[in-house]
This record gives sequence, C-alpha cells and structure tokens, in this order.
Amino acid sequence: MRQQAAIAAKVFIQRDYTNGTVCQFQTKFPSELETRIDKQQFEETVRMLNNLYAEAEKLGSQSYIEGCLACLTAYAIFLCIETHYEKVLKKIAKYIQEQNDKIYAPRGLLLTDPIERGLRVIEVTIFEDRSLTR
Amino acid sequence: MHLGVSESMRECEYSQISTRSSTPMETPYKKRTPKKRKWESFPGRNKFYCDGRIMMAKQTGVFYLTLVLILVTCGLFFIFDCPFLALQLTPAIPVIGGVLFLFVMGTLLRTSFSDPGVLPRATQDEAADLERQIDVANGSTGYRPPPRTKEVVINGQTVKLKYCFTCKIFRPPRASHCSLCDNCVERFDHHCPWVGNCVGRRNYRFFYMFILSLSFLTIFIFAFVITHIILRSHRNGFLNALKDSPASVLEVVVCFFSVWSIVGLSGFHTYLISSNQTTNEDIKGSWSSKRGKDNYNPYSYGNIFTNCCAALCGPLPPSLIDRRGFIQSDTPQLAPPTNGITMYGATQSQQSHMCDQDQCIQSTKFVLQAATTPLLQQQSSDPVILTTSPENGSSLPGRTSLTLAGPCTSLPLGQPTPPTSTPSLSCHEATDLLPIHGHSHAHNHSHPLQEAVAHHHFLTPEEVPSPPGMLPCGSPLGHSHTMQASFYNPASQDSLHEDSVRGLVKLSSV
Repeated sequence: MRQQAAIAAKVFIQRDYTNGTVCQFQTKFPSELETRIDKQQFEETVRMLNNLYAEAEKLGSQSYIEGCLACLTAYAIFLCIETHYEKVLKKIAKYIQEQNDKIYAPRGLLLTDPIERGLRVIEVTIFEDRSLTR
Repeated sequence: MHLGVSESMRECEYSQISTRSSTPMETPYKKRTPKKRKWESFPGRNKFYCDGRIMMAKQTGVFYLTLVLILVTCGLFFIFDCPFLALQLTPAIPVIGGVLFLFVMGTLLRTSFSDPGVLPRATQDEAADLERQIDVANGSTGYRPPPRTKEVVINGQTVKLKYCFTCKIFRPPRASHCSLCDNCVERFDHHCPWVGNCVGRRNYRFFYMFILSLSFLTIFIFAFVITHIILRSHRNGFLNALKDSPASVLEVVVCFFSVWSIVGLSGFHTYLISSNQTTNEDIKGSWSSKRGKDNYNPYSYGNIFTNCCAALCGPLPPSLIDRRGFIQSDTPQLAPPTNGITMYGATQSQQSHMCDQDQCIQSTKFVLQAATTPLLQQQSSDPVILTTSPENGSSLPGRTSLTLAGPCTSLPLGQPTPPTSTPSLSCHEATDLLPIHGHSHAHNHSHPLQEAVAHHHFLTPEEVPSPPGMLPCGSPLGHSHTMQASFYNPASQDSLHEDSVRGLVKLSSV
C-alpha cells in the first residue's frame, strides 16, 4: 500500500524496430525524466541494454554450435543445459539490478527488467520526491 | 473538449495519490489463497498440462490423429516388416528406422508442447500510456481517428506495425495475432492443427525438423515395405505375400498418401527458410516483387546459407510468458475506481485504471439506462423544461445528445473481427454491476463520461459480441430531447436520476 502511494508516474521506453526484429529499445530521452536524471546517464543505460540484447541474439559460432548440437540430440539437450540467450538474460538482470541500486534508486526511479514486460518496453517507475519508503 | 479530456487524463496519471479503498470489484481472494502460477490465469485460449510445462492450442483432436497415425504405422513396420528385412537384408534397417522414429517423435512433441513465441498482453499501465500517446497524436484530426498503425523503416523497406486491440500492443514486425489461440505470436508462421499449436519464432525449427524427418521416415517405410513385399512375392507369389503380411498393405496406403503432402510441405518450408519468409508473408505476398519493383524482404540476410543457419541454428529465445512463474499479489493491476465526484481532487495512479474504457463505457451505459427508465414511465415530452438548463450554455442539449448518441452508434455498427477473448469489455460487466440504486457506480460516471466521448471509437472492433439490444440505443437518438426533459424534471427525486443529472452537468461544463 505504501509503495502504491508513492508512485507518481510510469514512463515506457518502447522498442526500436529500425534494425528489424532484434530486441532494441529507443534511446530517445523521455521528457518526464528530465528533472530526475542526467540524459547521458540514461542513454548510456539503454545503450548498454541494447548491446546486451544484441549479444544474446547474435548469430555467431557459439549459437551455431549450440543449434547443431541440439538438432543432433533431437533437441533433448534443451532439457539439460541453459541456452546462450538465457545466460545473457541473467547478465541483463544483474546489470539492471546494479543500475537500480547505484543510480536510479537514489533518484527515486526504478527500472523494471523488460523480460517481465515481455520484452516490449523498459518500464521506468517514477516515485514521488518526498517519499522515502519504497 | 477533446483537449480537456486529455488534460484531465494527464491529471489522472501524474498527480498525488490518495489511499485506495476496497470496492466490490476488487479481488482480494488472490492474497488469501496459496500462490497461483501465471498459466492458471493466462488470457489466451491455450491449454496447459503438467503444471504449466506443456502448452497447446485449444483444439487438439487432430494432433492425436497425427500421433496415432505415426505410432500405428511405425509400430506395424517394426513388428511385421522389420524382422523379415533384418534377416534378409541388414539389421541396420530397424536401427535407422528407430532413430528416425525417435527423432520424429521428439520434434513433434517439442513443436506441440512448447510456447511458439506468444507475446504477453500489455499491462494496464502500458495500455493506458499507449492510448494517451495515440490520443495526443490524433488530437486534432477529428472525431474518429483512422485504425492505429505505426510505420517503421527496416533496412530500407517501410513496414506497417498494427495495433492489436486484444493484446493492446503494437505488434512487432512479423508478429501476428492467432485467432484460434487468441494470442499475438512473434514471427507467426501459421497455426498447425496437425501439431495442435501455432508455429512461431520459438518452435519453427522444431516444426521444420519434424516435417523433414517425417518425410524421410515416410519415404523410408514406404520403400522398405515395398521391398519386403517384393522379396516375399519372389518366394511365394504376390497374393501370398500380401496374405502373409497384411499390415504392409495398410502401411503402404498411409505412406503413399502422406508422402505427397509431407514431402511437398517440406519443400515449401525449405524454400521459405532459404528466403527467410514466413508462411503468413508468403501467402500475403508481402515481399513479392509483383507488389512493386523495389519490394524486397528486409529480413533476409542475402544468401541462402545464412538464412538457413539463422532459422535453424540461431539462438533460441526464451518464453516471454513465464507460465510457471507465480502471480505477484502486490500488483493491483485490476483495481477499479473508488468513490466518485471526489475523484477530481483525489487523483491517483488509480485514475489510470479509472479512466480505463471499461469503466467509462459501463458508466455511460448506466447513465443511458437511467435516462431511459423515466422515458418508459412517462410519455410526456416537455421541451419547455429545457430552458432551465441553458444557463450552462445553450449548446448543452445538442452536445449532450451528441455525446449520448456517440457511444450508442458505435455499438451496432461494430465491424466483425476474429473472436477476441475480451467480449466482457463493456456489456457483460455493465449488466452485472448495474444495481438499481448503485451509488458507487452512479458516482463513477461523472468523470468518465468525458473519456467516453474520446474513447468510444476505440471500442468499435471489440463491441461486436455485445448485443446492441442491451442498450436502448434507438431511443436516445430519437428522443434525446425527451430524455433531457426527464432529466431536468424536478419531480423525479430518485438518486439514480440525481446522479445522472450530476453527470450531465459535469459533461456540459467541459
């Protein structure tokens, strides 16, 4: 209840489809965050996230080896090992946690991991200035 | 008035929050019962098994037919043909057959049981944010905006992103909404009844390997059953050979008919993979050169080899719907609005829910029903009473009738769309929650009526399931003046009418 009371607004950073279906988010700085955070800082966060997602979806030797091996085992191997994508998603979750702790929480903001929103948006929750509890 | 609406909506979302009070619609049961998994309240038309591990479409009859055909044919082959062939030719035959069979079953089950790449529906906050953005974009273009699309340039090609009214998102490129499963699926290929699931981004490679291996298996069985019969008939004659091994006849028939369709399908999908297209795009001719000289596929990597590798050996994205995760009880996404007129002052994040078109339409209908009740009771129409109202503005009657007629006209004219899972968007909820002396709802309509004007057009595609007969749509159009007369009739002191009056006064003050 207290947390609900403190939310002032939510900003949604939408996906950027100019490079196709690869998971990328728009780096345009939303106007609602102007008073809260430095533009450079925010764009840096989004750019880093975009790089991580690009790494997850990269068509490289690792993904090919994984794909071929999986095919040979009739994809039974997916029951045992963690895919490359899942490993990178864990990295992303850690990065977001770290960013929240260091940069966004002290400014009364909270980034939600896009995977919890179906990789559609980066949800930035803006808390009211005077609320100290989260 | 439209600008006023968006302004007041902005007021809704970004102002101070006051405490939330419980309402009849709130569902506290989630906190009391043990935690539910997300698949249990999945909005699409899917079936889940093994506590959410397995996900299939609603109609699975044909899938069982596929299973039976494969199992019976292979079973007969291993029992009746393989012993002879293993002895006469080589034991490698049943071994290869066995490997092929296991591969076919593995890929079939993977295709059928996995999430094809379903996009989870937008949360209420997201949907409200999108609506607001669209409102702002369409602010001055008129009463009814065009269907919602966004244009994106991908690799030099202009691609239109459509808005999905069911899922309340702008569909990513190559995504499509499956009307059978009622989900938006990424890189939607087609809905395959034979595997009992959609074929999309996450299970396309399994599907392709399934039909490819099934082609090999079918040809394999067909060839070796024919060989078996020929070898037997060298010994005992053709008719005796058939009598000795009757199962072979059945196998030959099944394989003969399967070969044409399965091999054909494999060839087709090989072509699709090498050109990096989906069945959906191919059927529509999205990237066909017939459409235009400069029309090309922006997703293709340029050469066949890379396209194949990308489709079959590319990274496998994880499921976005997290079906085995637990529902978080602290997100009151479905919390409805609370008390009425005070909402103007007590703006909160709930306003974004309160401004939800569900509530708006429900309240609008309430007002209209309230308005028509005296119409049925009293037959007198006294326009003279109207002269008391124009203190607020002589345009009131006209504007009110326009407002009241607006949502009504959208109902019977709704365009038919593929069945959605939100038919309860407006009407059904409205009837359930319209108590005769419902003060809580009576209070609600004052504010949302304004939104109703702005939002009613968005409802058109979804209004189809709602029977227009639920609302006396005809009467307000014809008897708008009569209605207003009855509103302002001081004789009716029913709280229902008081609130309707209050609502209309608020409307006129915009």
